[in-house]
Amino acid sequence: MSGNDFRTPLSRARGLGSAHHGVSGFLVERTTSIALVPLCLWAVYAAIKVAPLGYESAVLMLRQPVNAIMSLLLISVSFLHMREGLKVVIEDYVHTPATRIVALLLNSALCWGLWSVAAFSILWVAFVGGPVH
Amino acid sequence: MVQFTLPKNSKITKGKHHPAPAGAKTVKAFKIYRFDPETGANPRWDTYDVAVDQCGPMVLDAIFHIKNTMDPTLSFRRSCREGVCGSCAMNIGGRNTLACTHAWADVPGEAVQISPLPNMPVLKDLVPDLTLFFAQYASIEPWLQADTPMPQKEWTQSPKDRAKLDGLYECILCACCSTSCPSYWWNGDKYLGPAALLQAYRWLVDSRDEAVGDRLDGLEDPFKLYRCHTIMNCAQVCPKGLNPAKAIAGIKRMLVERVV
Repeated sequence: MSGNDFRTPLSRARGLGSAHHGVSGFLVERTTSIALVPLCLWAVYAAIKVAPLGYESAVLMLRQPVNAIMSLLLISVSFLHMREGLKVVIEDYVHTPATRIVALLLNSALCWGLWSVAAFSILWVAFVGGPVH
Repeated sequence: MVQFTLPKNSKITKGKHHPAPAGAKTVKAFKIYRFDPETGANPRWDTYDVAVDQCGPMVLDAIFHIKNTMDPTLSFRRSCREGVCGSCAMNIGGRNTLACTHAWADVPGEAVQISPLPNMPVLKDLVPDLTLFFAQYASIEPWLQADTPMPQKEWTQSPKDRAKLDGLYECILCACCSTSCPSYWWNGDKYLGPAALLQAYRWLVDSRDEAVGDRLDGLEDPFKLYRCHTIMNCAQVCPKGLNPAKAIAGIKRMLVERVV
């Protein structure tokens, strides 16, 4: 306990009070975890199926609507899950407010940025096809 | 950031060795954390060779034996000596438990190592400062709250509703669970910890309480409640065999029920 902190223990325990949120983050964590089970199983199945067939077949596979949609769902749910998970890690371990805010912003920027690149790539292959050889 | 190493003035040094009295038959070593804030010296590990045939079977018996016959300067808390008051909670053999209900023969390793509950400021030797812990308990308002005027006789409750308090009301607030929780170590100033949350759940599921909504409002917070990552140390160490993690999961379930 700090020697020059004259706040009462109850005042310290109550702190800034309840944020009145948290359940939405909890739901995102849990629902994305559940959604990732079938999506990952599909990803493994698709990878095993397409691996021996070569590049052209992979492009053709991604051009099929079901596969393109599943891929988009997979990366979207994954990045949502990653953002929520990393947010918890940062909140757990980074205690300096300024550093924590920067880390949380970087986390969001990284996840959104990587998601955009991945989503754009899937859509590109789905609508345009593979790069010109 | 999280501090991974102890600051210089917290490094534990090698302390004194207190040999067993001559003629002792069965001797067991007790390595005990010693700290006196008045000397300004670093904490130290003192070793006591205890003639265990002359003391009772519990760790608390051995500590009493040390204080009474070997070193009266040793400080520790104790009261009921039967696992009801929660005063003698300490870290024994690397595990938080009650000294009065834990047999020294059950502690693994050659020496019985005893230190105060982890992560709390140490007042002296085995006495931790639990001020914030109890303030956190007070912050969850651990009493029956009702707007309905007090009944003539008592608040009634069905046996089924009363059974919901089993596994919760037994908590003695010894702080073994909270001080064994890594989340509480990292964010103990904001996270309420397993003990306070188990108590909060005890009032949330009490059919006589009328403040469930307000209680849930006060708990819905990324730090006060959601720092629990079901690490389960709390359930593993609880000397009363309770499961605070399950109670916390119950609070989370109630909060989901409120929005879904």
